[in-house]
Amino acid sequence: MATQTRSMLLNVGPSHPAMHGVIRLVMELEGEKIKGVEVEMGYLHRAFEKMCETVMYNQCFPYTDRLNYVSPLINNVGFAMTVEKLLDVQVPERAQYIRVIMSEISRVTDHLTCIGATAMELGAMSAFLYMIKAREYLYELVEEITGARLTISYVRIGGVKADLTEGFADRAFAKIAEVRKVLIEADELLTRNRIFFDRMKGIGVISKEDAISYGITGPFLRSTGVALDLRKANPYLIYDRLDFEVPVGTTGDNLDRYFVRMAEAEQSLRMIEQCLEQIPDGPVVGQLTGEVMKAADMVDHAKMGETQGLEGFQVDLDPTLQGGTKKYQAGIKVNRRDVVLPAKEETYGNIEGLMNHFKLTMYGHGIRPPMGEAYGTVEGANGELGFYIVSDGRDNPWRVRVHPPCFPIMAALPQCLIGGSMADLVPTFGSVNMIAGELDR
Amino acid sequence: MTPLELVSQQFAAEIIETHSYRGDQTAVIRPGALLAVAKYLKNTPELAFDYLMDLTAVDYLFYAGGRVQKEYRFEVVYHFYSLSKNHRIRLKVPLDEKNPEIDSLNDLWKSANWYEREVWDMYGIKFKGHPNLKRILMYEEFQGHALRKDYPFNKRQPLIGPQN
Repeated sequence: MATQTRSMLLNVGPSHPAMHGVIRLVMELEGEKIKGVEVEMGYLHRAFEKMCETVMYNQCFPYTDRLNYVSPLINNVGFAMTVEKLLDVQVPERAQYIRVIMSEISRVTDHLTCIGATAMELGAMSAFLYMIKAREYLYELVEEITGARLTISYVRIGGVKADLTEGFADRAFAKIAEVRKVLIEADELLTRNRIFFDRMKGIGVISKEDAISYGITGPFLRSTGVALDLRKANPYLIYDRLDFEVPVGTTGDNLDRYFVRMAEAEQSLRMIEQCLEQIPDGPVVGQLTGEVMKAADMVDHAKMGETQGLEGFQVDLDPTLQGGTKKYQAGIKVNRRDVVLPAKEETYGNIEGLMNHFKLTMYGHGIRPPMGEAYGTVEGANGELGFYIVSDGRDNPWRVRVHPPCFPIMAALPQCLIGGSMADLVPTFGSVNMIAGELDR
Repeated sequence: MTPLELVSQQFAAEIIETHSYRGDQTAVIRPGALLAVAKYLKNTPELAFDYLMDLTAVDYLFYAGGRVQKEYRFEVVYHFYSLSKNHRIRLKVPLDEKNPEIDSLNDLWKSANWYEREVWDMYGIKFKGHPNLKRILMYEEFQGHALRKDYPFNKRQPLIGPQN
């Protein structure tokens, strides 16, 4: 009698301990071999694009925080740069440096999370804890500047919300040194680790041609040997002034992606150091000189009509909002009344400033880019993060489209998995670095 | 010559308009010419567009509060990138409200597969020759297409399906 073989269907996800993020893979198995994979996504769809159409431009930032929630600052920067392209606005040099510093910090946190989670899923719990420790150092820096750790909403159209704090550079150098130590530790724990090595080497391979045809960018593409990095290919902000390398792999397997990410984390740390050395001087945050008034007091005076002599005063404001006062405004925000809120001294102290403020915050007024369209890109932690924005000349965008970098990678995932064994799913899926927030939007 | 000039020269009859607003080279082409233009973009050595970076659509229903009347309702927007030449071009294809349909680029770029599914899901635009045109973000039973301008942003749809 002839034997019959049947394949087995196995659902992985949408909520599964080895899937960091909600996604469902319907696997067709023949013994341990994967015969077919169907990717089912959309479990974290929150209608980002639709919601952006209903709010004003600056109100989109909280939504962008939640795209790639491991490196939200890069999303902020990408969105702001696209709207600035529509408005034809150049942000001040200091703000550009701050944006690069924050983006690169985010890139390191993203890579640390990705490598750490992959290692953890392969059983290397201590490597994961070390890397999360390093991520914590960087989150402390982010928290110091933005006032939040994840939902930072830090970038504004035309600049950034707040200036760097006093002594930030010294603390950043110290934290970078700590992160470097962790990277070395992780390298020692993982790279020569037989178990880790064997489960990564030659697994989840994708060819250069396939990666390009699928539209893949970022570390996933660079692991195949293509040195495409938007920071080099099409330098934006001040990346052309920085000295850094684009690490590439050769075979496009999981191990190469691990090496590329490790090397990139180091390059990003180098970039932060260079930025901190090059950044033009701004006012040092901290002690205010001259006549100072509490923001609430100034508002009270202004409400009573006692605006005489108020222009001489400086406003004392919460540290995370200090970019809003006269002292910092020039360094970190572009001088355009139709784009940037006036300094708080202006808003509280005279009617023109108050009107200016309302003109930018009332529905139907706000920032109104001229009718047109623009596609802006930044190099996200996963690859090209693109925003395509259509403006109809009104204060809310007509269309906001996000090109999420892990979307094409997920489309290519079945190709990486088919033919391999079921256990290979875990390291391959880890090295894809799927972020459901940006995949499903 | 820029990619836009090359395309305009080659397909003069098929081009509706071109612009380079804010430096983004853009050509609006007739729907019937899409496959020919796409093949030209991919296979011409001077252009070498090996990336279909992004594919999306825009609904122009009541654009600019109705102040600007477009002759068509939808635009399918393609963003191409060339790795070797490091240049980009945007193609836009206008489509009518009734039975919007356009050729699939799935055979030329594998990335088109999922992007086209998303456009079908969100806008209800069909892609001729797509091997597996089904919803990608929403569930199969979802009624309507969520990114169309006549779909209210706060509309709710409980999961509909066979009753227990």
